[in-house]
Amino acid sequence: MKLKIVVLSLCLLGLAATGFTGENRPVVTLMTHDSFSADKALLERFENQHGVTLRILKIGDAGAALNQAILSKNNPLADVFYGVDNTFMSRALKADIFIPYASPYLENIPDHLKLDPQNRLLPVDFGDVCLNYDKKWFIEKGMQPPHGLEDLLKPEFKSLTVVQNPATSSPGMAFLLATVGRFGSDGHLKFWKALRENDVYVASGWSEAYYGQFTRAKGGTRPIVVSYASSPPAEVYYSETKLDDSPTAAVLSPLSAFRQIEFVGILKGTRQQDLAARLVDFLLGPDFQKGIPLNMWVFPADASVPLPEIFKKYTKIAETPVLLTPQAIEIGREKWLEAWMETVLR
Amino acid sequence: MAGSLDGDCFAVNPRTRYLLIAPPLIFMGLFFFYPLMRIFMLSLAPEGSLDLGGVKKLFHTGYYARVLWFTTWQAALSTLLTLILAMPAAFVFARYEFKGKTLIQSLTTVPFVLPTVVTAAAFKALLGQGGLVNAAGMHMFGLEGPIIHLDHTVELFLLAHVFYNYTVVLRIVGGFWARLPRHLHDAARMLGASETTIFLKVTLPLLAPAILAASLLVFVFCFTSFGVVLILGGPRLATLEVEIYRQAVHLFNLPLAATLSLIQIVFTFCLMAVYTRLERSASVALIPEAVKKTAGALRSGKDRLVVGTCLFFMTLLLGTPILALFIRSFLTDSGPGFAYYLALFENRQQSILYIAPAAAMLNSLGYALVATLIALFFGWLATAFLSAPRQKIATTLDPLLMLPLSTSAVTLGFGFIIALDKPPLNLRSSWLLPAIAHALVALPFVIRSLLPAWRSIPQSLREAAAMLGASPRRAWIAVDWPILNRALVVGAVFAFAISMGEFGATVFVARPQAPTLPLAIYRFLNHPGALNYGQAMAMSCLLMVTTAAGFLLLEKLRAASGDF
Repeated sequence: MKLKIVVLSLCLLGLAATGFTGENRPVVTLMTHDSFSADKALLERFENQHGVTLRILKIGDAGAALNQAILSKNNPLADVFYGVDNTFMSRALKADIFIPYASPYLENIPDHLKLDPQNRLLPVDFGDVCLNYDKKWFIEKGMQPPHGLEDLLKPEFKSLTVVQNPATSSPGMAFLLATVGRFGSDGHLKFWKALRENDVYVASGWSEAYYGQFTRAKGGTRPIVVSYASSPPAEVYYSETKLDDSPTAAVLSPLSAFRQIEFVGILKGTRQQDLAARLVDFLLGPDFQKGIPLNMWVFPADASVPLPEIFKKYTKIAETPVLLTPQAIEIGREKWLEAWMETVLR
Repeated sequence: MAGSLDGDCFAVNPRTRYLLIAPPLIFMGLFFFYPLMRIFMLSLAPEGSLDLGGVKKLFHTGYYARVLWFTTWQAALSTLLTLILAMPAAFVFARYEFKGKTLIQSLTTVPFVLPTVVTAAAFKALLGQGGLVNAAGMHMFGLEGPIIHLDHTVELFLLAHVFYNYTVVLRIVGGFWARLPRHLHDAARMLGASETTIFLKVTLPLLAPAILAASLLVFVFCFTSFGVVLILGGPRLATLEVEIYRQAVHLFNLPLAATLSLIQIVFTFCLMAVYTRLERSASVALIPEAVKKTAGALRSGKDRLVVGTCLFFMTLLLGTPILALFIRSFLTDSGPGFAYYLALFENRQQSILYIAPAAAMLNSLGYALVATLIALFFGWLATAFLSAPRQKIATTLDPLLMLPLSTSAVTLGFGFIIALDKPPLNLRSSWLLPAIAHALVALPFVIRSLLPAWRSIPQSLREAAAMLGASPRRAWIAVDWPILNRALVVGAVFAFAISMGEFGATVFVARPQAPTLPLAIYRFLNHPGALNYGQAMAMSCLLMVTTAAGFLLLEKLRAASGDF
């Protein structure tokens, strides 16, 4: 009996080993976070065009993935890194783990997204973190849905909002930054104090907030949640039965959303800088950019790429989002976080 | 005399005994101590000399002392609660034989593999503000608001800790209990002792090693609790583990994260040193009984009542949340159906990251099989070494081998990244690394499952076998193996479950495109839309069914390999 197990496991081991090694083409590795996704056929086209094997390495959430890239800088795990966002950008540049590369595709990308003049980090996509609300709930109660951040403080909005803990969640951090941008470095604490008095619910992460407390979830009791501008189209796309309209809407009034920009960069120490550059070109190129919305539920950095119908119909890109410089974020992060915890949790 | 009496077919004299412990120590050294040392050095002495600038914060406020205090008392309380609630079940499973026992016992371990987000969803579906209990209560009593407010309370996450760890006590204590010879009980009875006196004076002391082993595991498990406290306890409660994650990932304050990890490690090491010493001194060699003899059928109405009550409470505690998940996975917007399951097989975006359920299942099983074999191999050797009486070194080694369970996952994950980067150990992106990480966490479970059983084997039995002319091999097969195989299965079950549920360090280990069931669940839970949530529930149920099937197979293997 024992022998059988051993033989069986050895077979499995062998199977697994052969499954992972692949053919004898040069391997180019893309290191990224867990949310990365793309069209399979498209990636295969890239592989065939350049005669390479593309390996995608996922390591936890955006923060964890970047930290691992920094820790492995003497002997990088990959050639290209996808997914440093503007909240972590300063940390990445300070660690000096990327080399400059001026991709020809940069010219299709709007200037306000380009935050590194040396092109060590190139913008590849962006998303707007903002309030979402349950449309049906507000219609049934005969109430006006929130229009901006201040609305959350109204007495009739008591116990209606759920946010994520910025200490443990990246949309939570982005929303905290939205309030900093909207009310200022000191004023935002007054907002949070009032929000606390209005019984805001602090969830540990996005899933727990959206699938736990938001009224769209079974058993949820709060019709306002911090999520993304792309969530309303996602609700339609991932609905069980065909929907004519999105059950939710995003609040995108001026200075109520935080723009999270994601960057891609070539890791210092790569042995195949040329191939890495081709991969970056591919990621910034129109084909890949076109696939971004439905794969990762964010907006493509290339403004000339048409958005899918579902995006045009159920959401838009915020016109005046909160934009903070990466430097300001890096300097303020810890201070704002501790002040937030002091104000909202203690 | 030590040599010849160390009745173990692997080693005959004390010096060769050390050969037993060498492989586990090398394994731990390479994949645990070395990565940890590297990350601690990098964090605390980046320029080669000790730099404690980042650690100053530790002493400025009382915050971290409070975190340590909270971490400790919640773990102690969780352990106590789990013991109180699971001991009656351990008794029932040890002393009675009834239909479906093996199946029920397997099912109790299923919670172990559930991702915390899913467990949280299950508890909320039952006990949350809009959950079943509140909805029913409001309906029945015509109330306006919910009756119970458990959301973000200490009670709720304590309950979740019991939910996760119930099986540890049930299996380790229950398995040991089933082997306790009955004649001691009967002798005490004849001498006129009451059942209570017998339990306190005879049974409990004999059970002590198993109880200590189980509570040590539960305590350490809860001490390093991350997701459960984070999600169910709410943002105001933080364990050391949560604080380490926050410092390491969000603030990238590695010195502080490393110091907190060190505190966590030193603290648990001291505790485990005390515990393992107690466990050692509590162990008594006894001639184990065949399970068939100790466990009786349900004869009287009283027997039925005892077993029935126990099963009822078990169903309430462990069954209802799991049942809620199953119901949820079939309850679509348009009525009950298989829509979520069918959707699992659809790759709408032709995405590279689409995970076919069968592929995820195979990946999970593959990792689990490898991790279980690694953990059993090293765990077996380590236990063979530790089980010998009068070994000074074992009192240090034993708690050392427990450390992976109490080490912060982020810290170890970061350690892997910087330490395992050169051939021949260039494993950073190898498929083997997740399996090794699982095996590291599983190792303490294997050792703690095996050790009480191994120590209970009386030397006299082996000598008797030898005297009757049995070769050491034959004696081992006749004496040791029948006693050990049950404990080995318990260890294997935990190792398998730990790997299936991706417990611990693996979140921070890089992995190529070989997604597992838990990762698929997380992916679904990261996007809005009713279908995604439904699919996450369906995938969770697949995970539970796959795991339960694995457990049953393990039990079958054991039954086939002979019980006496």
